[in-house]
Parts: sequence; C-alpha cells; structure tokens
Amino acid sequence: MGALQSSPGRPEYSDLAEKTGFSFEQIGVLHKRFKQLSHNEETLRRDHFNEIDDLAFNPIRAQIIEAFFDRRNFHQNGEGKVQEIGFEEFVVVMSHFRPPSAHMTEEQRGKTRREKLRFLFNMHDTDNDGIITLEEYRHVVEELLSRSGTLEKETAKCIADAAMLEVASISVGHMEPDEFYEGITFEHFLKLLERFEIESRMIIRFLNMDTTTLCK
Amino acid sequence: GQSHTFFLLLICVVSPVKGEAVSQHGHSSNITGIPIISFKWHHVETPYLVAFWVLVSFLGKLVIEANHHVTSVIPESALLICFGFILGGMIWAADKVQTFRLTPTVFFFYLLPQVILDAGYHMPNKLFFTNLGGILVHAVIGTCWNAASLGLSLWGCQMGGAMGDLDIGLLQYLLFGSLMAAVDPVAVIAVFEQVHVNDVLFIMVFGESLLNDGVTVVLFNVFDAFVSLGGPKIDAAEIIKGIVSFFVVAFGGSLVGLVFGLLISLLTRCTKNIQIIEPGFIFVLGYLSYLTAEMLSLSAILSIVFCGMCCQKYINANMDENSVQTVRYAMKAFANGSETIIFVFLGISAIDKVIWVWNTGFILLTLLFVLVYRFIGVFFLTWILNRYRLVPLEFVDQVIMSYGGLRGAVAYGLAVMLDENKIKEKNLMVCTTLIVVYFTVILQGITMKPLVMWLKVKRAAVTEVSLLEKLTNKMFNHTLVAIEDISGQIGHNYMRSKWKYFEENWMSWILMKPSARKKQDQVFDVFHQLNLKDAMEYVTEGERRGSLEFVRNENSIIDFKKKSESESFDINNANMSNDHGAMSTTSRDPIPSVSLEMHEQIMKAVREAEAINAHHLLDQHLYKSRKQHRHRFSRSHFDINRDEKEVQEIFQRTMRNRLKSFTSAKMGVKPPKTIVKHTQKEQQQKPMKILSRSFLGSEGDSASGYDQSYMRATYRAGAGIENPAFMPDLDPMDLLQIPPWLGESELDSSMVALSHRAQVDLPRTPSNLRRLAPLRISTRSTDSFTLENIPDTQSATPITDNIYAWF
Repeated sequence: MGALQSSPGRPEYSDLAEKTGFSFEQIGVLHKRFKQLSHNEETLRRDHFNEIDDLAFNPIRAQIIEAFFDRRNFHQNGEGKVQEIGFEEFVVVMSHFRPPSAHMTEEQRGKTRREKLRFLFNMHDTDNDGIITLEEYRHVVEELLSRSGTLEKETAKCIADAAMLEVASISVGHMEPDEFYEGITFEHFLKLLERFEIESRMIIRFLNMDTTTLCK
Repeated sequence: GQSHTFFLLLICVVSPVKGEAVSQHGHSSNITGIPIISFKWHHVETPYLVAFWVLVSFLGKLVIEANHHVTSVIPESALLICFGFILGGMIWAADKVQTFRLTPTVFFFYLLPQVILDAGYHMPNKLFFTNLGGILVHAVIGTCWNAASLGLSLWGCQMGGAMGDLDIGLLQYLLFGSLMAAVDPVAVIAVFEQVHVNDVLFIMVFGESLLNDGVTVVLFNVFDAFVSLGGPKIDAAEIIKGIVSFFVVAFGGSLVGLVFGLLISLLTRCTKNIQIIEPGFIFVLGYLSYLTAEMLSLSAILSIVFCGMCCQKYINANMDENSVQTVRYAMKAFANGSETIIFVFLGISAIDKVIWVWNTGFILLTLLFVLVYRFIGVFFLTWILNRYRLVPLEFVDQVIMSYGGLRGAVAYGLAVMLDENKIKEKNLMVCTTLIVVYFTVILQGITMKPLVMWLKVKRAAVTEVSLLEKLTNKMFNHTLVAIEDISGQIGHNYMRSKWKYFEENWMSWILMKPSARKKQDQVFDVFHQLNLKDAMEYVTEGERRGSLEFVRNENSIIDFKKKSESESFDINNANMSNDHGAMSTTSRDPIPSVSLEMHEQIMKAVREAEAINAHHLLDQHLYKSRKQHRHRFSRSHFDINRDEKEVQEIFQRTMRNRLKSFTSAKMGVKPPKTIVKHTQKEQQQKPMKILSRSFLGSEGDSASGYDQSYMRATYRAGAGIENPAFMPDLDPMDLLQIPPWLGESELDSSMVALSHRAQVDLPRTPSNLRRLAPLRISTRSTDSFTLENIPDTQSATPITDNIYAWF
C-alpha cells in the first residue's frame, strides 16, 4: 500500500497538516495525485485539469477548475486569479472537502460551515464583488442545467430568474417601489442555505489507500 | 347511542346469518310452489362475508378517526386492535367459537401484498440506497442475531427450569425465535407515520423491516425443515444449504421484483391508447411479482418491494397525469384498507379460547428477551456502522431504532402456519406471538411519540425547498463528483454519478417515453410547481375580478397537487432527488372552472413557458372546463383535441418581453408609457415587493444591457397586462403589451376580461404565493380575497402579477 510509504516527518507536510487539518497520510496521497496531474512538475495549470477525462462530463467543470485558481480559496485573504498553483494551494482548496474531525466545538463547526459555503459562493461570484448578481447566477445555472442537455438555455435562464425572484422575496421581504435588489450577498446565501447540511455532505472521503493507481 | 345500535345490528346480523346457513339445504328438495323471493344465503356466503368484514373494519376506522384527540395519543393501529377485541368478543358471545380469524392464506395473499407494494412504490430511492449498507446490516445480521439469541435464551431458560414443563426442543426454539425476530413493516408504518422522525432514522427502521423478510423466510423455512428432519440429520451439508438458500432467496426475490418492475415500465411506455386501465397494469403486475416469487419459494416481500421501487420513476414519467394520480390514490386506498383489516383481525383473533395456553414464564421471558436483544443488537451494529458512515447515527436515533423494532402480523401469520403435529406447543407460541404483537403495537406505539419528543429526536423537515436550494444542491453534487475526479478517489459520488450516467443514457432511453425523458429534472420540477401555482392563482384572481365573464362549473374539482402527499405516509424528503416540490395540501374545494377560451389561451401560454407539454399537466390539473364534460361518451377517450400549433410565436414573444423587462430595468430605463389612461393609478399604489415587469421594453433594448445586473424593484404604471377588452381604444395589435392569452385571438365580450385592477397591477414576487396558497384552500368564497387585501381599489393584487412572472 503506497500511502504507508510516504515519507514521514517532511517539514512542509507538518506545516500543511496543521494548516489544513489533513493527516500526513492524506497529504501524501494528495501529493502523489498532484504529481500525477502535473506530470511531475512543480505547479498545476488549467490545462492539466482539462486532461482529466471524467471531468469532461461535468457540467460545471469550468467553475470548479476556476475554483482551484481563485485566490479567495487559498485562505490568505487574497483576491483574483492565478495562472498556476503549487501543491500547497492544491491542498488548501481540497481541505474544503475534508471530513470534520470527531470533536468539534460549536464554533469550529460554524466556522467550517462558513468556509464551505464560502467556497460555493465563490464559485458563483466570479467578479468577486461579494454579490451574486443575476447575470452571474444565470451563467452558473445555464451551465449547470443546459450542459447536461435536458433543458434549453432559455428554460435554464427562466429558472435562474425564478430562483432570484424567490431569493429576493425571501431575503429582502417588503421592497419599496424604488428599491433595487442587487444580488445575493454572502449573508443572504448563508441564511438561505441554512437547512442545507453542508458540513456533513461536502465531504470527500480521502481513503488511506493509494487509489491513484486505480483511477487514472 | 349510535355505536350501540351499530353493534346490536352487527350481532343481529351475524347470528341469524349463521343460523340460516345451516337450514338452507332443506329448501331445495321440496318446492311446493314458485317462491317469489327466497333467501339464498349459501349462494352468496363467501363474498358476502368478505365484503361485510371489509365494511366492518372500515366502519371501525371511521369511528376511531372521529376524534383526533384520541388518535394523536394512541396510534390508530392500537385502537383498531382494541376494536377487533370488541368484535371478537361479540362473535364469541354469539357463537361460542371464534369463527373468524386472520388466516395465513388470507393475510399473506390478499392483505399483505398491497401494503408492501405501496411501500415500495413510495419509497424514497435515493435515501434508501444511500443508507443501504446500514439497512442491510441491520436486516440480515440484526435479524439473525435476534432469532438466535431469542431461541437460545429461551432454551437456556427452559433448561434452567424457568418455564415449567414444556415440550419444546432446541430446534423448535430456534424456529420460534426466527418467526419472532422480524421487524414488521406494517406495524412500523402504522406507528411511525404519526411521529415523523427524521428521514435517515425512518429509512433505517423501515428499510430494515422490508428487507428482513429475506432473512425471515429463509430462517423460518430452514428451521422448519430442520424440525421436520429431526436433530440427528443435521450436518454441515444441511447448514451450508441453509446459508446458500439465504442468498438464493434474497437475491432471487429481488431479481424477480426487478424484472417485473422493468416490465411495468416498458408496458407503460406503450399504453398511451389505453390510459384508462393503465393503472391496472401496475397492480396486476405487482401482485404477480409477489406470487411469482412465492411460487418459486423466494422472498415475496423483497420481490414486490423492488418491483415498486424500480418502476416508480418510469411510471411517473410515462403515464398520463391522471393515471399517476389514480395509481397513487388507489394504492393508498388499498394499502390503508388492508392495514385496517389486518389490525382489526389481529384483535379478533385474540378472542379464541383454543389458542390461549398461558405460561407465564414463557411469555414474559419472550417479551423481555425480544426487547433486550433488540436494543443490544441495534447498538452493537450501529457502533460498527458508525465507523464507516460519514454521518454517524446519533445515540437518540439508535434508541428510537431499537424501540421501533415492532413485531406485527407477519410474525403472527408465521406462527399460525406452524405445524401442530411437529410442534406440540403451537398454541402457546401463537398466544405468545399475539401478546408480543399487542405489546409492541399498542404499548410501544402509544409511548413512541412521547419518547421521541422527550429525547428530542430530530424530526422530519416539512418546509418547502426553495429553488435556490435545489439549484445549489445540484451544483453541489456536481462539485463533489468533480473533486472526487480531481483527487483521484473513487468515492460514493463517483459511483453515484456513474450510475446516474448509465441510468440516464441507457435505462431511461429504453424505459421511458421520449417526451417523458425531457421532463426529467427535479429542478425543473420545482420551477414547474411554481408555475402551476401561479397559473392557478392567476385564474382564481381573474375569476374573482372578471368574474361575470367566467362560466362557472361548480362540479369540477380541481386538484392542484402534482404529487400527492397523503397523511398516512409522508416522508418529506429533504434530499432533493425525489422532492416533489411540495405544493400545498390538496385543494379539494370545488373551484369554478374557467371559460373555454380562457382555458385554451392559458393552455397555450403555459405550455410554451416550459417548452414541453406542460399544458398537458395544467390541463389535467387546473382546468376542467365545461367542454371537457361534453366529451363523447366513450370509455377510453377523455382528451379533447387541442391545437398544438400557433403557440410558439405568441409565447416566444412574451418570453422575450419578460426578459427585456429585466434589461430595461437594469438599464434604469423607464419604459415608455404607451398607455396613457391609467397614470392616475400609479401614485396610489401600495408599495409592493415586485420586480419590474415592463412589458413595454422595445426591441432595441435587448441583449446589450446585460452588464448591469440590478433587479429593479419598481412599479411602472400601465406596464402591466393590457387587456384590449377593457381598453378598446388600445391597439390590439400591440402585442408587446398583451399577454398571450388575451392577445391575438378573437376577443369577444364573452371572454374573460381582466378588471381594471388587474391591468394596472404588476407581478409580485413568489412570496405572495405562500400567502395565497393557504388562502386558496380555505372554504370561504373567493370573494373573501377582498377581505384579505386592503379594501382599496388601488391596492396591489398579488395574483395576476405572479403569473406574468412566468409568462
């Protein structure tokens, strides 16, 4: 089993482990995968992601790949996009999907939840103004729905509009005739997805097995 | 007073009826003259009795359900059993012998299948398969553990002398254990339906109760065979055969069910021309799957469950809406009816001196062991499971799971099937089984709800899912799959997406009608629901205001629910997949139907809005206009020809307009007011939460304006739907302002015309839907809407507006 042979006690691993909460083994597995994806180079670029076959079927492939290159997801309070990422950034982005540790305080749980929802929010909010505007939302929904071929773009657009309408009515409530509804802010987003059990669902099980040999 | 007479009547009927049966023979041999009327009891005996007992059970249910206070404390099943006691007592008093009992044949062949079919058909598949591992562990290992531990403990106790002098061997104890071990689906449904615990907990218990039949059948048959063979003949070969038979029975049964399910799906693909008896196929084939499995000595329950689970998606897609509704309601009716009869007869069967063999030790010990071992089994297995589950089962959930391990009629049926020649103490076993069943159903049933509340178990979410949540959920699932791909892990999501891919591209292709395939999207479902809601409110509001123009048909009942949520089995799936976009409860009020022309226009409009045959759906749900009742008398054809063309253009235009409204709003451009007449109204508008719908945006505004993304909440006078019928000086050809259903086609005065208010108001946001939906269900006349709205002619009316949002 390859994972167990990962080099113990690498200094950068311990840094990462502390920062992201992954175990050494998991970081080792991820490192192997990183190297595989990047063809043993130091950094990953977008075209490396495009090489992953299975990803081609995913309707929101573009958004997801962008998420890896989005500085906002690197937990360093940065903004904007980068062109390539190193292993550290890769692991940080992956850490959004880490299973929660067994004992978490209420506060930690809340924090995790915010982080995960922020990740999703960032996927919608491409221009980073902190608001998901109608246009941005439409774009995402169109990709999401019409890419899979079952719905047409027009319909997807209607659905996006309908969703925005709903959000507007829920979040803002009563609006004066002159008021604008600009878009979904992060706070609204949080509130609307209250019932969404993201902490328990946004988890990838990082198996302690070297699966990189199993799937390409 | 009423119930007294009923009971007396009952006795009066039952006794002489029995008397007559005997004396019937005498008549036929000596006819002296032509009998004008004769009492031919023998002729109708069997069906009469059957129908009679069904009637009695249902009447019992009627009496019980009369008072909700009682049923909220004591579950209905318990009350039915008590009712059965009373009835049994009466019959006993009349006949001195228990003439009516729940016989295994009747139970297993005529009463149980429909309950299970209903369960399978309404099973939330996604939830089930997500938790399948846990369910299987509990069903298989848990049941085996229950059986073995109960049998061995009782045997041990007998050896220890706790039960006095009983002639039961070890094998017989194990047999008894195996029939007591199984958690009963009927009882679980009956008790849990009141309680509404959270989905995962429910599915674990319920799934277990269904799947454990595979094990129960095997165990029972194996031990029955062992008992027949006798002790010495059991060697390793037999035991291995037993284990192999488990796999055969379980998988074989499931396979049979799957085959039948696929068969049903394929059939419904072709039954377009016989929509009237379409529902019949489901029931017949479901029943056949049960019987086929039974014939092959496989697990019949597994078969019918998987049949129902497999076909549900395709049936709902392929069949006509009416048929879907019919199936749903009929299934519920049968299942509920069967349950009622089962519980009543469980009660009646108790009053039978023959079976009452009392052995304190045996009975009490059985009860104790059943409970204790259930708790131990569940906790232990869940502890193991939690190590592998992403979301561990909480402690309180486990308590409820253990406590919810109810035994029911299946155990009793199996007990009665024991061969008394081989098993001397059969009556004792039957008696004990009955007592355990009563204990679990009555006592545990009554205490379940208080326990759930005391332990603060998480309850099922009952709120509607918003469109945003659905979309986010979808996005989320794709994200998870992507991350799995990127990280190179083969995970749950990977599997699921592979299955989904296979299912969408292969199975749906074979099993679903092409037109149905396009509709398969749950997000779309919610969207569609919102549309329907709007459309229906539009109609109502239109009726209210332009009321004189409407042709009322008081007899039509319009059911707005696309997917029914019956009270008896309501799993509101918080997970998005099988979410039927929870519309409000069934509106059973007679809703005046819309006049024909209006009907057609709306049909066209709605259809295009969704780019599929939504009209079909609306047609069946909302508008049963007079014309429909005038259809030719034919047993098979109900449809009226609709001209499917013409709509495209009208509708595309409206869509474009609507989107333009966003644009012009974003540009902050005040759309030109081409209608001068109603400017005065705009000032006095009550502030509304609306998004601008200026249908007057010109062509020029389009496309370019998409960088400013404001949704302007504003109201533009005269920007609503202009109704030429009210404003004859308006150019009726100005299509930009006229909603499709009022534009273009011949508008004569008999058409529905919108009131002044309707034209002037603008669409409101869907939040008003929520306010309105409950109002709609009220039995007050539609005029009461005026009470709700501010009695000011200028005030905004919500309803019409909503519709425009979609059209």
